[in-house]
Amino acid sequence: MRLYVPLGITFIAGIIMILEFFVPHDPFPTLGGHVKDWYTIVASSAIFLGILNLLRVHLKKINLRSRNWQYSPVTIIGFLGMFGTGVAFGFTEGPFFFMFNEFVVPMGATMFSLLAFFVASAAFRAFRASNWRASLLLASAFLVMLGRVPIGDLIWRLIPGAAESAHPNLVTEIGEWIMRVPNMGGQRAILIGAAMGVVATSLRMIFGIERSYLGGTD
Amino acid sequence: MGRLGLFLVILIGPVPALAAGSAGPDQARPVADSFEAVDSPNDAGGVIELSWAMSPGSKLVDSMLVTRSKAGGPENVLSVVSPVSTSYRDTTVANGVRYSYALVPMLDGRRLAEVGPVAASASAQWIHSGRSGMLIITVILAAFILYFIRHGRKGGELYIRQIAGLSAVDDAVGRATEMGRPVLYIPGIMDMDNIQTIASTVILGRVAARTAEYGTPLMVPVSKSVVLSVAQEVVKEAYLEAGRPDAFQKDSISYLTDDQFGYAAGVDGIIVREKPAAIFLLGAFYAESLILAETGRSVGAIQIAGTAMPSQLPFFIAACDYTLIGEELFAASAYLSREPKLLGSLKGQDVAKLFFMVVIVLGVIASTVGQAWDPASEIAAFIRNLTHVE
Repeated sequence: MRLYVPLGITFIAGIIMILEFFVPHDPFPTLGGHVKDWYTIVASSAIFLGILNLLRVHLKKINLRSRNWQYSPVTIIGFLGMFGTGVAFGFTEGPFFFMFNEFVVPMGATMFSLLAFFVASAAFRAFRASNWRASLLLASAFLVMLGRVPIGDLIWRLIPGAAESAHPNLVTEIGEWIMRVPNMGGQRAILIGAAMGVVATSLRMIFGIERSYLGGTD
Repeated sequence: MGRLGLFLVILIGPVPALAAGSAGPDQARPVADSFEAVDSPNDAGGVIELSWAMSPGSKLVDSMLVTRSKAGGPENVLSVVSPVSTSYRDTTVANGVRYSYALVPMLDGRRLAEVGPVAASASAQWIHSGRSGMLIITVILAAFILYFIRHGRKGGELYIRQIAGLSAVDDAVGRATEMGRPVLYIPGIMDMDNIQTIASTVILGRVAARTAEYGTPLMVPVSKSVVLSVAQEVVKEAYLEAGRPDAFQKDSISYLTDDQFGYAAGVDGIIVREKPAAIFLLGAFYAESLILAETGRSVGAIQIAGTAMPSQLPFFIAACDYTLIGEELFAASAYLSREPKLLGSLKGQDVAKLFFMVVIVLGVIASTVGQAWDPASEIAAFIRNLTHVE
């Protein structure tokens, strides 16, 4: 019972969604809409589980004085502060709006900004010319980066006759070609493979061949 | 004579046009032409699409009425549209009923000569014509998968190439066990309606089985409440199956936040504080991928990443020890479990991929040869239509 009911729900919902995609005739668009609505309802309801988990984990940490428990009051105060002001004063103005714009948005932007430094450190490691493939990656990355900035073509035009040639913007053209042809080809290959993986995984789940996502492997 | 004739044509030619221009609105040329009504394609019916083109040089009107009537019925004004509109969708029709439509230009509150009528009826379609190619592809793929599942169940030999990232799962958990540090599993930032998250929770079950077996702490911070529930259930079942229900800690699977960078900050904090020896980054990731992977690298963790997001793969490849690229993420469950029916489905997927690779190569050849030979061009067009999905 515990296994077959979820499998049955998965099968029915999966088949409805497949039919909704291929068959525009009623009742499938309507049924597909219902399935999506149900997912939205379930997902919306589940947010309370997330909140309860968050509060329980951090209150437990404070109670037991677990390692690094000092961060937990910050989390709880932050959560209750935002939640309380939102409920009391509304979400589109007042203290909630102020705290969202002045605290949450800048902190998110700060995290995002860290990406620039991480890209630099990761690129430094990835672009080491340790073998011929890494050297090829290094060369292509160098050309793409040079093609993205005006100085690339300016360097090219320093070569006598280059500015008057048929390709005065050769570095930009090479950079664009790398992005448009080999890079796009590689990306499409990954996408086609992933799409087939998606279809195969979906079929495995719909037909109950893959069950471990339900908990257990039988 | 020739010059005189030309002179007369130039002289007389504009006269009718001038006459038309000075005539009343009812005598003016039609405001719109090419007016047609068609059943909206690929829908459940109930919609008729009207389209027209503005006549060049026609009188500029104030607005246009779209009128509709049934056979023998009264004329109803459906809508007043702008004079520059060229289409209208009637979504209030019943299937199978024939309706007549007309366009009535309005100028200074007067009705000018109407355009039309044209007639059409709405109907529902059983197959989406723009997706029939996809349907064929899905059927072929499903046929290969089902055949090889059957083959696997019968005990047929199924060779699956080695995937380094998946072979390293045991090593990563073992390393964490030896170092006495936890394993961190990050199932991406998307919800359970994303197939990558589903694939990730399947792998989580396999990883949890190993951590249960080795007695290694497992931490699973998630960013979606539904994923929290599923992950808790999957890990709990894995610990039960491993005979270690006592070792299962519900709070080790914790909800952080739905916010993308809030989640990244929370996971970074966990990585820096707990210093996990093995980190799994499997699922759907966006800009936070490199932030997480670089932080994991900074604490010396062995990292196994996998995603089907092409834009994030370079980051994982640069920062992680092993990366599952695209389809390998979806193959993980079968690869790790070694169950014949799952391996069969994987084999079927690979054979279907080979089939589609052949189709792609044929399409490229046909398209190239088709530049000089029409039959090849038609074959290329057929393959293009087959693979085009609306």
